[in-house]
Amino acid sequence: MNSGPGQQTLFDNDQNTMAPEKTPADKKAAPDQKAAAKDGGGKDKSGGGGSAAEQMAKKQREISVSEFFTKNRHLLGFDSPRKALLTAVKEAVDNSLDACEEARILPEIKVKIARIGQSDKQFTMTVEDNGPGIVANQVGNVFGRLLYGSKFHRLRQSRGQQGIGISAAGMYGLLTTGNPVRVRTKPGKRAQPLFFEITIDTAKNRPDAVQKSIEWEKDHGTEVSIDLEGEYRRGQKSVEEFLKLMAVANPHVYLHYTDPDGNVTEYQRATKELPQEVEEIKPHPHGVELGVLLKMVNESENRTTSAFLQEDFSRVGPTVAKEICAKAGIKPEANPRRLETSDVAKIKAAIDATKIMAPPLSCIAPIGEDVIITGLKKEVEADFYVATSRKPVVYRGHPFAIEVGIAYGKPGDTLQMTDSGKIVEVAAKKPENAEVLMGAADEPVRLIRFANRVPLVFQQSACAISKAVIDTNWKNYGLQQPRGALPIGPMVIFVHFASVWVPFTSEAKEAIASYDEIMEELRLALMDAGRKLGSHVRKGKKLANEFKKRNYIEVYIPHLVVALKDILKLDDKQVERAQGKLTNVLEKSRKL
Amino acid sequence: MAAKKFTPKEQPKKKDRGPLSDLDKVTLREIRNCAVHVHGKIEAEDKPELKFPDRSLKNARYDKKDGYFVMGRSRVERTLSVNTVKSFAQTLKMMSLSKQLIDEDDFATKREAYYVSKNWEEAKFDEQPESDAAMDDIEALFSLEGVMREHLRFKADEHGGKVAGQLIVLDRDRDSGRTLRIDCTGFGSGSYSIPTSVEQLGFETKAKFILVIETIGMFERLSQHNYWKTAGCILIGTAGVPTRSTRRFVRKLADAHKLPVYAFNDCDPYAFSNIYRTLKVGSGNAVHLNQFFCVPQARFLGVSPQDIVDYELPTHGLKDVDIKRAQDMLKNDPFFQAHKEWQRAIEMMLKSGQRAEQQALAKHGLNFVIEEYLPQKLKEANKFLP
Repeated sequence: MNSGPGQQTLFDNDQNTMAPEKTPADKKAAPDQKAAAKDGGGKDKSGGGGSAAEQMAKKQREISVSEFFTKNRHLLGFDSPRKALLTAVKEAVDNSLDACEEARILPEIKVKIARIGQSDKQFTMTVEDNGPGIVANQVGNVFGRLLYGSKFHRLRQSRGQQGIGISAAGMYGLLTTGNPVRVRTKPGKRAQPLFFEITIDTAKNRPDAVQKSIEWEKDHGTEVSIDLEGEYRRGQKSVEEFLKLMAVANPHVYLHYTDPDGNVTEYQRATKELPQEVEEIKPHPHGVELGVLLKMVNESENRTTSAFLQEDFSRVGPTVAKEICAKAGIKPEANPRRLETSDVAKIKAAIDATKIMAPPLSCIAPIGEDVIITGLKKEVEADFYVATSRKPVVYRGHPFAIEVGIAYGKPGDTLQMTDSGKIVEVAAKKPENAEVLMGAADEPVRLIRFANRVPLVFQQSACAISKAVIDTNWKNYGLQQPRGALPIGPMVIFVHFASVWVPFTSEAKEAIASYDEIMEELRLALMDAGRKLGSHVRKGKKLANEFKKRNYIEVYIPHLVVALKDILKLDDKQVERAQGKLTNVLEKSRKL
Repeated sequence: MAAKKFTPKEQPKKKDRGPLSDLDKVTLREIRNCAVHVHGKIEAEDKPELKFPDRSLKNARYDKKDGYFVMGRSRVERTLSVNTVKSFAQTLKMMSLSKQLIDEDDFATKREAYYVSKNWEEAKFDEQPESDAAMDDIEALFSLEGVMREHLRFKADEHGGKVAGQLIVLDRDRDSGRTLRIDCTGFGSGSYSIPTSVEQLGFETKAKFILVIETIGMFERLSQHNYWKTAGCILIGTAGVPTRSTRRFVRKLADAHKLPVYAFNDCDPYAFSNIYRTLKVGSGNAVHLNQFFCVPQARFLGVSPQDIVDYELPTHGLKDVDIKRAQDMLKNDPFFQAHKEWQRAIEMMLKSGQRAEQQALAKHGLNFVIEEYLPQKLKEANKFLP
């Protein structure tokens, strides 16, 4: 068996990668594939001449999930050891937060990265939450089965979307270290805490879970540990930075982080307000692609097309359903399961040609201007904070809302006017957390992007948010901006995209696609925040200018008075008095 | 070995200063008045201001009777503010330096004064034009009282003109105070050089006129061939635009002995306006000084546009800048506007499009200028351009 799936290592160049053939899952995979190949060959025999078909048939087989994963790991965010570590943390934290918030529990998350032995290449990532826990028979599916989850099949604003993340991380860990995913969970105060070791049958996409009862001093919660190949580094795009950004957008979360050297960083909770509870909505007809529509038709429990349209979609009543059927030339009472593909295509065209009320916007939970500012203040030291939260609107049938926050100015670089009219420099404070988000005054601003409260760390340049920030004319707001680039200044721009369905450009969930409606909302939100910023920047510039001028006065007055002293032979007292009076006269004459 | 830091010795103050001259007293009084005014305003918690005469051509008036550009009444008031505090401090520091120079009976060239300011920390001048401008300001401020830069003890760095001929200059020995008699006939192949400050000079002469020559080449020819002896005159070579001290020297000399002054220049717009007109009526941008630094009795001997025709002189075409300058003279310069003869001469030049140099007379022989041109011209001195 030379060409078995998963045979090649994930990082082909890396000699130290543990070969996945040692995994039990892989051993099981082999016979299945042989069987699949035989079946395929049999079917094809009638179609053509003997040995050629036979040869081809040998190559035709079901692609196992692990093979798919190996080939497409970049789509899932596991394309380098460094990124893999961060992606695994991100997926685990996303899951924990979603679970906590859905259960209306204020989240407390503990993240720990530890080296395996002395290795700098293998780590154990552990994420523990105080969420509701997971019932025993679901644990395997949640952590050991790709595309399994509660999120893909419904339209509800949540961090995860496809149910691909944490199980992909588990599979990555399994493929690179051979070690199973370990889970502790306690689904309720009186429930029995359980421990699971989960391997993944990569051929069948089935979890293989071994469970045992344990003792766990905790009311409720879940802890997942994954051993994986990774690379630990600090700085940009590090786990630390990701957690810091998480803390900015989620000030209701308490985060506790232990790095591989045992250093602990705590991100304190700044608000006890959980994000607003969101309603789940049915898809809006305008947001449905033909493929999804076909699937919906097949899975519908409704007996008539009219009922299918009304029941399975939002904003479709009898009148609209009738109109769609008429336009498509389909009888309203036709059984949707019996519709031909061409009929469904007609329905899709009819939907697009029909005016339908916009979807309900209650399914969107923006962070809100106050909370954005709370989050920024908590993690970014600045002089000035502003936020703008746009009302939800709709793109392609999906409601979404754009929010922008700005933290501007490094304390210490700035001036302040006292009540008595003196201008003084504001002293710099030491940042509490090591990761400093804001750059220097002559560097490009720092853009931090979020989708449904999750930081987007990679692929900044491909993202609609970046494009919108670059397209905004920041010169209008007192900043410098090179052509086609981010503006320059001591500033952090926070942009949040909240939606039931975030249009990522890839499954790795790193960049948002540039739909016209999204670009327009981004533009408006950035402009609004920019205007608020502008008046502050101008005020600061005025103050700085004035400070310079007053300094100027104070520099030259002594020379002027000394000249008078030399000519008029003034004594020290007279000199001092003249200097004081002159300074007063000049400063008083300055108007601000 | 570590470099030793240089520390200058404390300069001993001069005590045995001679008695102050009247002008020194006036100058000191003006400096003091100015400082008292500024100090008084400060004491009254008021913003001090200084009123400077407007030193621009716009504020210049030409009166044939006066014979030079005079300053109009326009004043520029400079109030102490953020924008002026530096130059205000520098102006006062400069006055203080001037006072010190008078107290110690010393002087500083403009360049030296600029370097003295380097000891003023933030109030130092970055470039010499700035310190020159401060000096000009003070000079303009005090000019109403007859005080000049030389009285403030600031001297030009520029060279003075050269003098040869029947003239004895009376100067003073700095150490002994004895009067020096300098005979300008006795420099052989050299010449007497006009000092940067001429106020203290006296003159003895029996010459009939003063010839002010634009080029040193022509000055050398005339002095080497002792033209001054045959013509009975004083030769002064300016090498281009006459410096302040040269103008002052000619003026004092001409006034003292009632001598006519004849200018002998190239024939081009620059020679007419920048050299001759500056000699005669002063310059536009130093209007406040012209009453001292001009020679209203000067007349233009040549070379005139008519001379080009009369003596068939070789010429060069006028350049664009020449034409522009000539047109500007006709349009904007109050001096040329006041004299029809000059307007005709300039128009004639523009029409021909030609200019000529003094040396062009050599076409007819090197000493043609001595033997024919100057004697012929001097016979009809009343025909010289005004």
